[in-house]
Amino acid sequence: MARVVVDVMLKPEILDPQGQAVQRALPRLGFEGIADVRQGKRFELEVEGPVDDAALARIHEIAETFLANTVIEDFSVKVEVGEGADATAVKAES
Amino acid sequence: MTARIGVITFPGTLDDRDTQRAVRTAGLEAVPLWHRDKGLKQVDAVILPGGFSYGDYLRAGAISRFSPVMESVIDQAKAGMPVLGICNGFQVLTETHLLPGAMLRNNHLHFICRDQKLRVENAETAWTRSYEQGQEINIPLKNIDGRYVADERVLDELEAEGRVVFRYEELNPNGSLRDIAGISNAAGNVVGLMPHPEHAVEPLIGTGRTDGLGFFTSILKRLVSA
Repeated sequence: MARVVVDVMLKPEILDPQGQAVQRALPRLGFEGIADVRQGKRFELEVEGPVDDAALARIHEIAETFLANTVIEDFSVKVEVGEGADATAVKAES
Repeated sequence: MTARIGVITFPGTLDDRDTQRAVRTAGLEAVPLWHRDKGLKQVDAVILPGGFSYGDYLRAGAISRFSPVMESVIDQAKAGMPVLGICNGFQVLTETHLLPGAMLRNNHLHFICRDQKLRVENAETAWTRSYEQGQEINIPLKNIDGRYVADERVLDELEAEGRVVFRYEELNPNGSLRDIAGISNAAGNVVGLMPHPEHAVEPLIGTGRTDGLGFFTSILKRLVSA
């Protein structure tokens, strides 16, 4: 089974109070020098069968219609290759 | 004639019973609808009540949007049937794109529960005819995902077309852009708002006032005149 990762982030122009709360906590914890934090969501989809273009197109549709609300969020779709290997980006942001 | 008002229950809906009671208090028949229902049982209008449908697990209202009953609601709303979304119902209406924009976590990140003053900006929608334009009403507000956002072009369009139906007065409780508490679609049959009129229809509960009753009497006026 292959894993496809969908990352969802609020669009840059949308206020992210959760990210801001994290960012404001950092100096209190002794971590200096972080100018901004934005918080998003990561979905890991275990796919049955090959992750071919058709499968990726379907996942893109899932991300666009369901996992992300494209009024306020951007998303990206990545395929994770092999055990513990680095993720390889195969589909562009939307 | 008794108008039949459907009230949808999703898993996680909290305010369906209060909404049914408010409908009956206004002299209408409340028809319970279930999220798996394929049809709408010949109701004259539909209310999506407040709560946390499907636990709000993905985004508020996002999973409900794909429930079987919503297919009928979307079709009928586009054909002109009056639909009111209260709180989570408003979130569902933005997720279905029956209303523009989106609802996000409150800017202060806290759940908020208070009596909220609103200004009725448009008294001509299917759900606001019992009010007067500019009237102030006071109804309960309770949510954590109540921050209305849309891009500038959409906001300008809403303002220009009179589709900002309610604005927060005195205090903006969640960072909603332009103090927007509720909006309508272009035809005025679909209305969504964050505060809860169904909790202010009897003097003994809620704010101690009955400012919310006008929503439910408005729909009666609309259906009788239709």
